[in-house]
Amino acid sequence: MNMTVLDRKPDQSSQNDTPAQSHMGFIDCDVHPYVKGPNDFDPFLSKRWLEHKQTIGGRPRQGLAKTSMYPRMSPGAGMRMDSWPKTGGHPGSDLPLMQEQLLDLFDVAYGLLAPLVGGGPGERNVEFGAAMATAANEWQLAHWCDPDPRLLGAIQVNIEHTEAAIAEIEKRAGDRRFAQVNVPPRGLEPLGRRRYWPILEACAANNFPVSLHLGGTSGHASTGGGWPSFYHEEHPSYVQTMQTLVTSLVCEGVFEQIPNLKIVLVEGGFAWLPALCWRLDKHWKRLKAEVPHLKRSPSEYVHDHIWVTTQPIEEPERPQDMLATLEWIGPDRVMFSTDYPHWDQDDPRYAFKIPLPDDWKRKIYRDNAKALYNLD
Amino acid sequence: MTRHVVAKAEEIQAGTCKIVTVKGREIGIFKVGDDFYGLINRCPHQGAPLCRGEIVSRLVAPTPGDYRLTRPGEMIRCPWHCWEYDIRTGQSLCDPNSVHARAFDVAVEPGKTLVEGPFVAESVQVTVEESYLVVTM
Amino acid sequence: MADPSGDSPTDHHLTGAIDCDVHPAVPTTRALLPYFDDYWREHVLRRGLERENFEPSSYPVNAPINGRPDWHLPSGPPGSSLQALQSHLLDRLRPSRAICNVIHGAQVMLSEDLSAAFCRALNNWIKAEWLDRDPRLRASIVVPPHSAELAVEEIERIAPDHRFVQVQLLAMAELPLGRRQNWPIYKAAEAHGLPIGIHAGSSFRHPPSALGWPSYYLEDYVSQAQGFQAALNSLVSEGVFVKFPDLKVVLIESGVTWLPASLWRLDKTWRGVRAEVPWLEQQPTETVRKHVRLTMQPFDAPPTEKQLQTLLEQLGSDRMLLFSSDYPHWHFDGDDALPSGLSAELIQKICVDNPLETYPRLKDPALKETT
Repeated sequence: MNMTVLDRKPDQSSQNDTPAQSHMGFIDCDVHPYVKGPNDFDPFLSKRWLEHKQTIGGRPRQGLAKTSMYPRMSPGAGMRMDSWPKTGGHPGSDLPLMQEQLLDLFDVAYGLLAPLVGGGPGERNVEFGAAMATAANEWQLAHWCDPDPRLLGAIQVNIEHTEAAIAEIEKRAGDRRFAQVNVPPRGLEPLGRRRYWPILEACAANNFPVSLHLGGTSGHASTGGGWPSFYHEEHPSYVQTMQTLVTSLVCEGVFEQIPNLKIVLVEGGFAWLPALCWRLDKHWKRLKAEVPHLKRSPSEYVHDHIWVTTQPIEEPERPQDMLATLEWIGPDRVMFSTDYPHWDQDDPRYAFKIPLPDDWKRKIYRDNAKALYNLD
Repeated sequence: MTRHVVAKAEEIQAGTCKIVTVKGREIGIFKVGDDFYGLINRCPHQGAPLCRGEIVSRLVAPTPGDYRLTRPGEMIRCPWHCWEYDIRTGQSLCDPNSVHARAFDVAVEPGKTLVEGPFVAESVQVTVEESYLVVTM
Repeated sequence: MADPSGDSPTDHHLTGAIDCDVHPAVPTTRALLPYFDDYWREHVLRRGLERENFEPSSYPVNAPINGRPDWHLPSGPPGSSLQALQSHLLDRLRPSRAICNVIHGAQVMLSEDLSAAFCRALNNWIKAEWLDRDPRLRASIVVPPHSAELAVEEIERIAPDHRFVQVQLLAMAELPLGRRQNWPIYKAAEAHGLPIGIHAGSSFRHPPSALGWPSYYLEDYVSQAQGFQAALNSLVSEGVFVKFPDLKVVLIESGVTWLPASLWRLDKTWRGVRAEVPWLEQQPTETVRKHVRLTMQPFDAPPTEKQLQTLLEQLGSDRMLLFSSDYPHWHFDGDDALPSGLSAELIQKICVDNPLETYPRLKDPALKETT
């Protein structure tokens, strides 16, 4: 494969690799804030749930309670090694360092938070899950959105507790510090199933796009053929989950039911989407009678309702295939994301291994997100 | 080409790396066994500070499950995407023919010969009694 | 490859091709009775199993996609008549060979022993009622996928008959296909020059994806592609092709066009996570190009021929694709069994050269066609 070896002459004046103007001021659609310690949520919990947290604690749908079933390759469950704050604490927990390494370095216009902490969305005790989700929302405001207004929150909900989820969404409606609702992609049932429609309806009714950030465990094996052995397989399995998510949302007729629903797929890359659309369209033609609620071809629903974020960006063997892929999806549906501070995060300067046309670049780095989230 | 004195030889212990700046470029100076090597502090993949990654061994398995640790401490793993590079050559493990980090020769020279010049020593005080690490570029 | 005599009214560009996926169907469980041994025949009869229908959930036979309208039969499920297969396909497109893959609940059963007994019956049945009656036919060995021990026994029993050219598994089973528990199957297959044919399908030990159980068959069917992606990742990651360097795997009825993007993802993961699976010295794409083949129906083609060309270039090898009709499933109409826009050289490779390279037993001189 052809690979640019980055050994460019630095600026005479500085050792900093100052980003080019075209990469400044982008909107980052995936930023991970982290807690400083295990008690960060405590001020936002009632006495009842604080006691529960301190005794029973979180009960995820997997064998290990406190860490992933698929250990990552770098410490902190897969963090970029230079993102550990010198002041101590976990990567992503220190706002000044996040500003230095991401927000200020690139003069990021907005950073969309995806807080994968607290375990509320996947908690089996749904009352506790709902309380933890609410705490995560308060914590985002107090520790991130208010101190740095560039950071926009994602409303956490536990989708197995419909009433609480809807109440939480309605409570945050109109609060511009929240950009979207974050729904765990791996639920007990495929997200397109009717039981989740009231929650999705509440998101659409309150003008929140729904972001589906991959990862997590549903309790179901991460592939249809069982549990893989290695992170080497689990990491690609997230992308397979994204494909079945799209399949579920389209085939169940969610977009007929909720015509103004907007879905954002986060941290699943995107190059898989064209082939999935070809497959959906082809086999829908044969099996149309089974899904009479679909009035249009699956690919039309996908294009009208689904946005993808770039990270972890595909690196095709032939770099020009990136352009074909973007063209096939439509550059108006792709939004840049870094995934800071995870190990597989992307740097906006070097993520694309081939130059993009200027108008695509504007859309992908800025304009698509600006329009979707109605940002200034 | 100029000889740049970047450090005293005794400053860098085996199994460690010191990052120095030569002509505006950050270079990691590694000591592997008794030998010194220089690598650009920049991963060719996405520009990460390569030399701030972990110094690791080359893990291999001739057949699945037959795990072997070889070449202890001779690889650097990028702090971001964990791509591995040979400290001696800058060659990547994942794509050795096309992806490499630029490597620099590091010579050990006694102060006695250095003072005869010419050399550049921006942050190192050279005396005749000690040995120094010299990068030529 | 066309028949030089040219005297057939249906002379066609597929004449002489090797069809790598056709589906004879068991008409009724009763039809298998002669092919059980005494013990299992009594077992089946006393439990009344000959009255049951062992259709796997992943293939409802009357779904439109699983039976082309003009290939339906007056009675019995599509694919259950040799005469129909001959008139619909063999005498019409005139392939030189067709490989029979029997999709049956035998590979889904929970009892390893019952599963093995049904697989033995299926293999005896396909031999006696299909292979012995039409010299153009070849078959895959159906094995109990959840018992490597019994699967190997069946491979050893059947392998001496070189009309059996491959070992058949389903894409989704109890354990990911690469897991070491399955390795005895691969060892036996490699030793006998039999590729592993992984057919779309699931024994449904798990929901079709990490999301749980979808509502519609359309979702199940589309999700087979993700099942293949996971199966392939498992085989590569566990080092099956390092351990068995001569093994070939054929993905049957996979849809094909998901492969390039899936390999970009796997390659990228490998670059960072290689140390977890240190036996993988090669980028996964290289391994897949060397060891993996895919049948061409269904082929989830992009809308334009230009996109198709790009996609074929992305595959990066003209040796991977194998012609198949997927008879009697309904993926194409008339005789248009190949997507349009393929070059004559590529068609020659897909139809003849690649199947012969993939299935060494097709070249077996002792089995020269006699008709």
